[in-house]
Amino acid sequence: MIVPIVILLVILGSVAFHFWSPWWWSEVASNWGNIDSTILLTFWVTGVVFVAVGLFVAFCVWKYRYNKDRTADYEPENARLEWILTILTALGVIALLTPGLIVWNKFVTVPDDVYEIEVLGYQWGWGFRLPGQDGILGTTDINNINDENMFGLNTDDPHSFDDILIDGDELHILLNQPLKVNLRSLDVLHDFYVPQFRAKMDMIPGMITSYWFTPIKTGSFEILCAEYCGTAHYAMLGTVLVDEKDDYDEWLNEQMTFKETLALNKNNDLIKVASKND
Amino acid sequence: MAANGYEDVVKGDDAVPALEVQPQELYHAKSFWTRYIFCQDAKVIAVQYSLTAIAIGLVGLVSSWLIRMQIAYPGVIPMDASAYYQLVTMHGMIMVIYLLTALFLGGFGNYLIPLMVGARDMVFPYVNMLSYWVFLLAVLILVASYFVPGGPTGAGWTLYPPQAITSGTPGSGLGIILMIVSLAVFVVGFTMGGLNYVITTLQARTRGMTLMRLPLTVWGIFVATVLALFAFPALLVAGIMMLLDNILGTSFFMPAILEAGLGEQMAYDGGSPILFQHLFWFFGHPEVYIVALPAFGIVSDLISVHARKNIFGYRMMVWAIVIIGFLSFIVWAHHMYVAGMNPWFGFFFATTTLIIAIPTALKVYNWVLTLWRGNIQLTVPMLFAIGFLITFTNGGLTGLFLGNVIVDVPLSDTYFVVAHFHMVMGIAPVLVVYGAIYHWFPLITGRFLNNRLGKIHFWITFLGSYSIYFPMHYLGFMGVTRRYFEVFEGEAFPVSIVGINQFITIAALVTGFAQLVFFYNLIVSVKHGDKAEKNPWKACSLEWQTTEMPPGHGNFEKELPIVHRWAYDFSVPGANEDYIPQNISPSEVSNAQAEKT
Ligand code: HEM
Ligand SMILES: [Cu+2]
Ligand SMILES: [Cu+2]
Repeated sequence: MIVPIVILLVILGSVAFHFWSPWWWSEVASNWGNIDSTILLTFWVTGVVFVAVGLFVAFCVWKYRYNKDRTADYEPENARLEWILTILTALGVIALLTPGLIVWNKFVTVPDDVYEIEVLGYQWGWGFRLPGQDGILGTTDINNINDENMFGLNTDDPHSFDDILIDGDELHILLNQPLKVNLRSLDVLHDFYVPQFRAKMDMIPGMITSYWFTPIKTGSFEILCAEYCGTAHYAMLGTVLVDEKDDYDEWLNEQMTFKETLALNKNNDLIKVASKND
Repeated sequence: MAANGYEDVVKGDDAVPALEVQPQELYHAKSFWTRYIFCQDAKVIAVQYSLTAIAIGLVGLVSSWLIRMQIAYPGVIPMDASAYYQLVTMHGMIMVIYLLTALFLGGFGNYLIPLMVGARDMVFPYVNMLSYWVFLLAVLILVASYFVPGGPTGAGWTLYPPQAITSGTPGSGLGIILMIVSLAVFVVGFTMGGLNYVITTLQARTRGMTLMRLPLTVWGIFVATVLALFAFPALLVAGIMMLLDNILGTSFFMPAILEAGLGEQMAYDGGSPILFQHLFWFFGHPEVYIVALPAFGIVSDLISVHARKNIFGYRMMVWAIVIIGFLSFIVWAHHMYVAGMNPWFGFFFATTTLIIAIPTALKVYNWVLTLWRGNIQLTVPMLFAIGFLITFTNGGLTGLFLGNVIVDVPLSDTYFVVAHFHMVMGIAPVLVVYGAIYHWFPLITGRFLNNRLGKIHFWITFLGSYSIYFPMHYLGFMGVTRRYFEVFEGEAFPVSIVGINQFITIAALVTGFAQLVFFYNLIVSVKHGDKAEKNPWKACSLEWQTTEMPPGHGNFEKELPIVHRWAYDFSVPGANEDYIPQNISPSEVSNAQAEKT
């Protein structure tokens, strides 16, 4: 008797935990609210199956508990029932997959009006680069990297010098501006992840990966590295602030371009190159 | 009721097929050494494999306690981030490869395949013996890596380069080298055993034992072994290539990068880290099924025997195993949705992954339909089988979240993943292992395990592990990232995650210590357990029909059994008993019926 009751309690307890426990995701702060809806849909479909299977097991264990005067049914197979179950399951799978792939299609289709920035990961910290006046990110090469050129910008690329470089863990972005983050790593795998934006993508040395989103809520959000990257992986944190236009511009004005950082480092050779390009 | 075109399998037939292969001369051990140590009897090899796997599994278990202590009560057990990552890595690797793969295939495979197919031993007993000793060597190399300078690798069980071999990761010196060498040796040892399991199943079945009369246990182990023979080579080459990158400075997986902490540029160029991931998961996904399929097979037999009812939809069950095995080779990149590969792959791999859910779901339906109108004995093996049904259903369903590419984007690399894979390939198969041990212990030792202790062990293990992993999914929804030495309560997460982590840790410790009850039971019952009569569960499959129990050298006495029916003739209408063993012919059954009336 105790077994079916405990199974029942496990199933009901799981449902109760789901609906009444305080542990749930934080409100979405990007345009990817439909990822949340897809999860909720998945919850309903799979939740129904879980409860149905669990209750069925509890019922059988109670109803068909051993009795030496009874014999079990003899039924090797039942083609009709097996077909019905196959088709129902296939329908469930289609119901999950279709919306899932539609949203994925949105996720991988980058709109034309995105503002492109770069996020750089290294052991263990973040760097950010904005395209500057010309709106285009300069090209980079790992061989260019040195104390004065942490991003490895190509100095023969005219788009490089106006790029705004942020060597620190704090990034500001503009509310409601569709944003494409180009991800780059200098050493091992990392992953640029902000739980409230729902999106993430690994950063891979030797190539550029990316994803896009539109921030829809102002506030301060934590950046977490979501791909194991060695001893200080857990400490590879950062902050992204979603600002209204005024705050954003104010912040932007305080940031330095590549050219300005060179000046700070008194690298006159490169400044000459930079000026020629102006 | 109708079983179209299937009557001969189900109802049995009197025909005795001709002997196709002459019986082989068995090797007979002459001394203590060849009988118990360098032994070629699959049953002894099985016990050797199992004990070694369990011994190293204990290291994995204790590691999990230390990991959980650090997560919930940091500082109570002093450790730094390096030690933490080494524990996590070793825990994962040990559990997946050295415990579960070795136990299911080397342990259960060796013990059960020859007995269940009606053979005297594996077809290549000498190679089979070597398989165990090579496995032992792999385990010893793994253990040795704990004692080298820098300690064992802390690269995560996925061993992703560049990180696995660069200096920002603990154990990136000798640790990772020994890890790869140990895996390579493991693959060699496994291949020796694996060829045995496959060829024995295909070639050494006794007369009348058609493929469609094999117990599902054998089907599960057989298909899992085939998968392993195809999958492990991918791991082997990935390991060797990484070793070359590490030792000889080749650049298979290594692009131009800086040394950890914005250091000097390293002497690599042009390699692809993603290539490693493809190779790893081409092995890694089938690996999930290498652990799961034997569990599927075994649990089918446990449910059928202890519910006194034939397994529902046997043919469907066999085909589901085969189809799942095949599909498992074309879903690997669902582990890489956010790994930076071409996003269009997402469409393909999400589709294949969700298709695999269909045969998997059918298996679950058939298990629960076997309970329907059964005569369910709530023995300890049955309890563990029920525990498996709940945890596997739960873990299988959360796979539908992670397989559906867009849903994986927020959840990947969070505790949702940890919860999912522990439910589905940690807890569920382990529950089956326990059920199987309680079920076959009488066959192996002639004695029962203690029933009361078994029930205590079951309840704590089942409820405990459910309490560990069910809430963990919700940490994942909140975005709590895995492989974090410390989870800071900052802007990302509410303070309440500390509470949930403490709850999980307490549940993990209680569950972990409950395993001591099992070990106590195991040790005491070998000598003092209740004596079991022959075929104590009244099962139909051949391993219980040997003349001696435990079966002696050569498994069956003079004659090998002749099989007349499938392994699931329970509660056949009109039969005198509620089971008819596979080696009983229809005419024997009707004679017995006639005598009775
Ligand atoms: C009560 C038993 C167990 C407990 C408490 C436990 C706990 C844990 C914990 C806390 C982690 C670290 C998660 C992270 O931060 O990413 C982990 C990782 C892991 N566990 Fe377990 N575990 C248990 C049993 C098992 C079993 C039976 C398996 C077999 C499949 C397993 C396989 C793994 C794997 C593959 C990893 C990933 C390691 C990595 O991230 O490199 N665990 N486990
Ligand atoms: Cu990281
Ligand atoms: Cu997989």
